[in-house]
Amino acid sequence: MQGRKIFLGLVGLSLFLLIWHLVTLGNGRTDVPGPWLTLAGLIELATGGVLWRYIIASVFRVMWGFTLAVLVGVPVGLAIGWSRWFRELVNPLVQGLRPISPIAWLPIAVLVFGGMTWWEPSDLSAIFLIFLASIFPIITAATSAVEGIDVKFLRVATNLEVSGAKVLFQVILPAAMPQILTGLRLALGIAWVVLVAAEMLGVQSGLGFQINDSRNNLRYDLVVAAMVVISVIGMFLDGVMARIENSALSRRGTAKR
Amino acid sequence: MIVETPKIEFRDIDLHFTAEDGSVIQVLDSVNLNIREGEFVCIVGPSGCGKSTLLNIACGFLKPSSGQVLIDEVPVVRPNRRRVFIFQDNSVFPWLTVSQNIGFGLADVSPIEKEKTVQRYIEMIGLSGFEHAYPRELSGGMKQRVEIARALASGPDILFMDEPLGALDWLTRLKMRADLVDIWRQEKKTILFVTHDVEESVQLADRVVVLSDRPAAIRAVVDVNLPRPRNLDDPEYLRIRDEIFDWMGLDHHGIAAKSV
Ligand SMILES: Nc1ncnc2c1ncn2[C@@H]1O[C@H](COP(=O)(O)OP(=O)(O)OP(=O)(O)O)[C@@H](O)[C@H]1O
Ligand SMILES: [Mg+2]
Repeated sequence: MQGRKIFLGLVGLSLFLLIWHLVTLGNGRTDVPGPWLTLAGLIELATGGVLWRYIIASVFRVMWGFTLAVLVGVPVGLAIGWSRWFRELVNPLVQGLRPISPIAWLPIAVLVFGGMTWWEPSDLSAIFLIFLASIFPIITAATSAVEGIDVKFLRVATNLEVSGAKVLFQVILPAAMPQILTGLRLALGIAWVVLVAAEMLGVQSGLGFQINDSRNNLRYDLVVAAMVVISVIGMFLDGVMARIENSALSRRGTAKR
Repeated sequence: MIVETPKIEFRDIDLHFTAEDGSVIQVLDSVNLNIREGEFVCIVGPSGCGKSTLLNIACGFLKPSSGQVLIDEVPVVRPNRRRVFIFQDNSVFPWLTVSQNIGFGLADVSPIEKEKTVQRYIEMIGLSGFEHAYPRELSGGMKQRVEIARALASGPDILFMDEPLGALDWLTRLKMRADLVDIWRQEKKTILFVTHDVEESVQLADRVVVLSDRPAAIRAVVDVNLPRPRNLDDPEYLRIRDEIFDWMGLDHHGIAAKSV
């Protein structure tokens, strides 16, 4: 089974590479590059020195934006799911902000945070955009996780007169955890996707900057090479989240596998 | 003569739900019942007649439409830890270990005291060695024991049990019944136990309350004056069982009689 899965995956990938190769046959670096040019570009990026610095810059921004979104989004989502009063207070605002693409915030983010230097100039605006992109799926997941808690567990707490922090940490959070973790994994995926857009303006490093910069230099081989790097790191981050999710679930005997 | 005040007193309990189309569904119809301290009472009745509803009202999870439940002469307003409800489907927390589950309701005691209490109930339910196991590592019967231990650990004087053995296989049920009677004797609790299994009720109870079809009214209260453990071949045991079958409109093999 495992062997067939890997085999078919490789077949699909090879077919794609073949078609890509044929479609881009004869193209130079200023045109859509083929797989070989892209590979050469990758090697150039990897040996050029900046790639590692850019990867670190990008991952750093995503981790900060995502972590802040978790710290704000999980409590807010839990509170919306728990308290009708809080839901009525906050939900219209959340629903109103949600349809605005994080990229629409880019000018405002650069205007507000662009002048501030933290790690390096304009890190803050990119972090802000990633925060915005990931907070809404987190809030939504936490809210529906709380609403989905089996009432029998809450009734046990009521019956035994357990309340406050103990109910939060021993009943509500663990009961909601599987769904929250699924939401976090989704949010991290979105955060990574938004990264490139967040690094389009006002930053001097990162994989998004690399794409923009290479385009300006008409080096499309480097553009696609950076895309490949983004793909690999994105899959790696998702793999880490999936691992966390699964280990948390298996501890309570509810793992999918 | 000393007049004994009942531990639990149901006074004219009525309950109806209003369905979405406005029609009224009557579930309980003026239920009156007194239960003495330390008594083991079983409630039997056909499925859907309102047994769980009655138990929920007694515990304070649900308000009756009219009437009142008094416990120690005080009207029941909300649930509290002096009377613990045990659910039809197991509600042990899957994310806590056996000992964390049992200690869940123990807040206002010292850690040493808590540890001692937890240990005591783990031994009582025969789960020594499983202190740090998670519920997924336990069988259905073991999980139900943990649930009972969690309820007992918080020191209630009443247990409301809603078909607690319903999900277990026949042999496990038989064993659990014996253990439950032992626990009840040791701990001197008042137990109100819902079941739809007539045999189970006669094996366990001091008195069996037979409810009618919905709306549930009390059809009969049958005394079971037999020594424990109950001898299932005793003619008196069989007579009482058949009497309850009669009240439920079943023949003596537990099969629905033709004309009801
Ligand atoms: N919230 C509700 N709204 C409307 N009807 C309800 C509601 N809760 C329960 N009922 C009805 O009340 C009746 C009694 O339900 P209850 O759960 O008490 O039955 P039961 O005797 O415990 O049944 P079982 O043996 O299957 O557990 C059922 O017919 C059910 O449809
Ligand atoms: Mg029921």
